[in-house]
Amino acid sequence: MDNIGLIGLASVLAAGLTIGIGAIGPAIGEGRAVAQALAAIAQQPDEANILTRTLFVGLAMIESTAIYCFVVSMILLFANPFWDFVIKQGG
Amino acid sequence: MDIKQISPDQVVYLSVGPFNLNATIVYTWLVMALLVLACILITRRMTPSENMSRWQNLLEIVVGFLRGQIRDVFGESPDMYVPYIGTLFVFIAVCNLLAVVPGFEPPTASLSTTAALALTVFAAVIGFGLMRRGVKGYLLQYVQPTPMMLPFNILGEFSRTLALAVRLFGNMMSGAKIAAILLAIAPLVFPILMNALGLLTGIIQAYIFAVLAMVYIASATRVERERYEKTRKQQGDDNG
Repeated sequence: MDNIGLIGLASVLAAGLTIGIGAIGPAIGEGRAVAQALAAIAQQPDEANILTRTLFVGLAMIESTAIYCFVVSMILLFANPFWDFVIKQGG
Repeated sequence: MDIKQISPDQVVYLSVGPFNLNATIVYTWLVMALLVLACILITRRMTPSENMSRWQNLLEIVVGFLRGQIRDVFGESPDMYVPYIGTLFVFIAVCNLLAVVPGFEPPTASLSTTAALALTVFAAVIGFGLMRRGVKGYLLQYVQPTPMMLPFNILGEFSRTLALAVRLFGNMMSGAKIAAILLAIAPLVFPILMNALGLLTGIIQAYIFAVLAMVYIASATRVERERYEKTRKQQGDDNG
């Protein structure tokens, strides 16, 4: 297989693996966080405002790891620097 | 923007020398003009009485909500922080909401916009921290709890700025990308559903950006407040 085909194959595989594996951790984390927050709101409904705000901030923090994976896979698929380099070399 | 273009930076309308007039800049100007014009038109006929116009009611709800949130996080008068954080929230929210208008590319789906916004937060943290605690008090917080934490505190300052930028960019870009992909495979109804979901995530992301900016600024100004509360409590004890 020539270089372009090899880079294409590696990019697509890596993009799929990145978003697939990268979604597992944040999904587990967000699930646990939401479950705990719901339990806390059920125990203390008066504090729902503070709990909700803290939950959102925490979810944003957890989610950012998944977003990093997503951005990396998008770059691999649509703005691949290695691909551009090989095409430029080939003329 | 078609599916190959990862950000509206790549849509260039006009190129003069090294400067490109791309979609991000054009739509940022559009949002700025819209916000400024709307605010001028609404506040021109403000009334303190109860039968106000609907638009004034809307603005009052937004400002009141922001003041309440800021007061909750900072635990002090929100006057000092409302202009900055309110601007962040309103600008990002309007950018994200207008994404449902066909042909509009949200500027927040470009990494350059979100990086600029995150850099203003970085500067605001330092600015408010210096203003509230003085140079010595502000710099001392970097060697809290022990001087060994100095490199990690500095690293954290930069990494959270990066996270702020990439989070907003990733969320808004994914919304645009998902709509484009769905248009290619199921163009009938599904893109509308995802756009409706995009309204929700747009508002949530604007809220999260504003809340995180508040939390970061509050953490840079907090010790001042704790000391203030402690002294006030002592005074209360002395008086009582």
